[in-house]
Amino acid sequence: MKNITNIQKFSIHDGDGIRTSVFFKGCPLRCEWCHNPETQRYEREIQYDPDKCTGCGACVKACPNQAILLKDGKPVTDRSACTLCGRCEIFCPAGIRETVGREYTVKALVKELMKDQIFYEDSGGGVTLSGGEAMMMDMEYLLAVAKELKRQDVSLTIDTCGYVPYEKFQAILPYVDTFLYDVKVMDPELHKRYIGADNKLILENLVRLAGDGARIYIRIPVIREVNGNEKNMKETIAFLKEHDIHPPQINLLPYHDTGSGKYPKLDMEYKGTDLHAPEKAEMEEFVRLFQEAGFANTKIGG
Amino acid sequence: MAKKRGMNERIQKLRELSVTTPVHIDLERAKIETDFYKENDGKYSIPVMRSMVLKEYFSKKTLYLGDGELIVGEKGRDPQASPTFPELCCHSVEDMTVMSERKLVSFHTTEVDRKLQAEEIIPYWTGRSMREKILARMTPEWHECYSAGMFTEFMEQRGPGHTCGGEQVFTTGYMDYKEKIKKTMDELDYINDPDAVNKCEELKAMDISCDAVIILGERYHKLALEMAEKEQDETRKAELLQIAANLEVVPAHKPQTYWQAIQLYWFTHLAVTTELNPWDAFSPGRLDQHLNPYYERDVEAGILDDEKALELLECLWVKFYNQPAPVKVGITLKESATYTDFANINTGGVTPDGRNGVNNVSYLILDCMDEMKLVQPNSNVTISKKTPAKFLKRACEVSREGWGQPAFYNTEAQIMELINAGKKLEDARRGGSSGCVETGAWGSEAYILTGYLNIPKVFQLTLFNGFDQYSGKQIGLKLGYAKDFKTYDELWDAFKKQLAYIIDIKIRGNNVIEQLYAQEMPAPCLSVVTNDCISNAKDYNAGGARYNTNYIQGVGIGTITDCLAAIKYNVYDNQNFTMEELIEAMEHDFEGYDAIYRMVHDKTPKYGNDDDYADDIMQEVFELYRSSITGRPNMKGGKYGVDMLPTTCHVYFGDVILATPNGRKAHKPVSEGISPEKSADTNGPTAVIKSCAKMDHLATAGTLLNQKFTPDVVAGEEGLDHMASLIRSYFSMDGHHIQFNVIDKQTLIDAQNNPEEYKDLIVRVAGYSDFFRNLSKPLQDEIIERTEQSFN
Repeated sequence: MKNITNIQKFSIHDGDGIRTSVFFKGCPLRCEWCHNPETQRYEREIQYDPDKCTGCGACVKACPNQAILLKDGKPVTDRSACTLCGRCEIFCPAGIRETVGREYTVKALVKELMKDQIFYEDSGGGVTLSGGEAMMMDMEYLLAVAKELKRQDVSLTIDTCGYVPYEKFQAILPYVDTFLYDVKVMDPELHKRYIGADNKLILENLVRLAGDGARIYIRIPVIREVNGNEKNMKETIAFLKEHDIHPPQINLLPYHDTGSGKYPKLDMEYKGTDLHAPEKAEMEEFVRLFQEAGFANTKIGG
Repeated sequence: MAKKRGMNERIQKLRELSVTTPVHIDLERAKIETDFYKENDGKYSIPVMRSMVLKEYFSKKTLYLGDGELIVGEKGRDPQASPTFPELCCHSVEDMTVMSERKLVSFHTTEVDRKLQAEEIIPYWTGRSMREKILARMTPEWHECYSAGMFTEFMEQRGPGHTCGGEQVFTTGYMDYKEKIKKTMDELDYINDPDAVNKCEELKAMDISCDAVIILGERYHKLALEMAEKEQDETRKAELLQIAANLEVVPAHKPQTYWQAIQLYWFTHLAVTTELNPWDAFSPGRLDQHLNPYYERDVEAGILDDEKALELLECLWVKFYNQPAPVKVGITLKESATYTDFANINTGGVTPDGRNGVNNVSYLILDCMDEMKLVQPNSNVTISKKTPAKFLKRACEVSREGWGQPAFYNTEAQIMELINAGKKLEDARRGGSSGCVETGAWGSEAYILTGYLNIPKVFQLTLFNGFDQYSGKQIGLKLGYAKDFKTYDELWDAFKKQLAYIIDIKIRGNNVIEQLYAQEMPAPCLSVVTNDCISNAKDYNAGGARYNTNYIQGVGIGTITDCLAAIKYNVYDNQNFTMEELIEAMEHDFEGYDAIYRMVHDKTPKYGNDDDYADDIMQEVFELYRSSITGRPNMKGGKYGVDMLPTTCHVYFGDVILATPNGRKAHKPVSEGISPEKSADTNGPTAVIKSCAKMDHLATAGTLLNQKFTPDVVAGEEGLDHMASLIRSYFSMDGHHIQFNVIDKQTLIDAQNNPEEYKDLIVRVAGYSDFFRNLSKPLQDEIIERTEQSFN
């Protein structure tokens, strides 16, 4: 498990300075509002836009494995026969077929990440491993990348949901400058309902990671129906205080639905249609709550 | 509605008058010149005749001293008056009508103007103008290339120039120049020097042009006194008296104050730009460093404070804006469709002894450009390793407001480029970029842009056996059709031969034109203010300057790179389709060839993504272009170099090319400067910068990179930091120049649909900014489509 969906240069909202963000494919959680559904499943896949498909059959002809058939004028891919070779993508005249997920060797990935070294140095930036859930990837692979970046003196940030065995954090901690750690909702029931898992492990890991001296930015995606209320924010603050966690930065990220259009292409259903972002004034009020509690560097946005 | 710009009421009024007055043709100069020629032609040597024309004009021209002005002098009768230069290009009556009625970059002409032109100007100058002389001497091959848009010719309607003033322009009075001229004259060796007689005529001409400037000063002095006498308002009266007092010192003598230094520069600017019509007008060069000694002295003496210093700068800015670039027609208009005359002020940099050059005046200049928001002068900054972060950030702050100024130049790169071209270190440090981005040793170099070269079109010829689909003519060499090239190397080899052939046609033409200018159209006044012309007793246009360089500006490096990559990747490396299939798709403008179009347009490695597959090709093309031109001798004892910039020529050059292998449709603009082909860069600004930095900027004399951001990317303190980081990083990789358009796409689309509501909208075009409403639709479209570098 080490597929990558995207390597984003000039990433300026995922940690300090100018960064390159790596989006790994595969995540243990299923947040209803997820705006990167292509990073949920671990396997590579072909996505295509059925609405824009003209049914011309170019993909059928291009496929060397006879894995695509036209059914009712639309191509249907037999995933067991598909080798994800990408020929259908090349020959699609509408340009709507795309292979999602690509494997990089450690060497190839580091080479790509080092391309922007000069920008990292001037801006205090570096590399952010994100996803999906970067920490769910093959640990040997992840460590090799992290070590190589450390050797090249490139700052490494890991963007994580926290829902992984703590041993993984322990292993990578020496190579990481900053964790962007999601704390979504404090109520375990709501957490299960909207995210698909209990938050116990996530909160335990946060406490241990902080205790082990990690530099952590807390990130809270704020959705009115889920966690966008004073109660949740106060509980979050209480939790941080109780465990003596002092993040140098807290980011409140208002919900947006820009990812909803991606779902049909992946043959998935967007469940977040009833979700909303809080009003700007509410967001500002949440920021104030954190600031008054002593978390001065709390802001809206990444 | 936008607020009135200008720090106080005076400036607001002056600026308002300048921006609301329609540009109009002013034939006074043409009339005075024609009368003078009719009476005197043949009586004097050519250089003397030229200087006497300037003297005659400055002795007789209508003076203008506007209400509230503190810096005085206009090229024509009043603001936005545009004198003509029939000795260079004599406009037909039809030209006069077209220029008045055309929608964009129009110049108003009256019935009286057209009558004068028809009855007096045209009859005398027909057959005598440089334009006719040049075109008559060009070969048939040259004419075919020229009309097919293979290259353009800068000297067809305007004179050579392209230079900036050095410090002498701020420290030397015209009496001092006369002294120097006399000294050289006295030392002429009539016994041993076969050139002594010619030298004497040139020196006489220089001396007369000094008199011309002094006369203009005296006339303004007298006018200011007269006006002061009649003036009822005591404050204005005192100002007029001060103006008169200034004119007792300058331009005859060296300035004693900050105010006088600016006034002296302005007279020189007027003289250089009315003597002839040189490209890129004239520029004060490192204005901040030249003014700083006066600023410090006056502040110390208690006669100047920052407010007054800024006000005088703003007065100067209005003066620049009052002078539209002289009227252009035909292809020259297409390659440079703008009123902007490219007077370029570079602030910051280093001092001649290599120290940080930023001073208090530098910050005042940033404040001035921020307040005035005028497209002329072209106000830019040059950033060195020694430039304080504070200055860079302040410049970013002004730039992110989205009107393209200041653009950012790399001081160290400029210096290295100049040294690489043979300049002494201290001359290189005094140099910088003028016009759009072209490098020169300011005050000491004639660096002449001779024309743009359409590199993608040379490649199109290569695919069609030298035949031009656009003009329907055989223009290039017959080296075979696309399908005949069995390997990429064979294709490359043919392209190389075509390029060499076209460049030779251009340079042969250049050589003839250069000689024509040297013999028939000297510029004695420009020679006076350019180092070594006086001591060499030789004209600027004949090689009198310390350094003499010619440039041919390459256009379309992004397009040609993507064309070669599209063929290499799809035809030769991956056999996705055959060359015949590609040519067929191109001949149908890709209509009905969607699969091939997608492959070449969206699924091929492209320049601008930090992908070596494409970037290696860019380097090879650049190196071929550079080595085909750089180092070749010009006719002034200097050498050729290359710039990679387009002004607006990429639109014209695209218009004369049908569909290209990279999926660019027929007649669409080619890529501008060294920026990627539009929408080809999909990996963000760092990737663009990395790709562009793979070009060897130090081996050029200037490159131009455009980056467009939506406002959110550069918002807040962090946004400023990111902008500054991008600039510093690009410059540490030896990038020459970067400019930013900060604007969202919707605003531009809206502006295109409702030009009346966006009269104030300024965008960066290419090396300069212009009002969006002044741009042609294709150019507007192109700016809209330039990839928006917004992420997350």
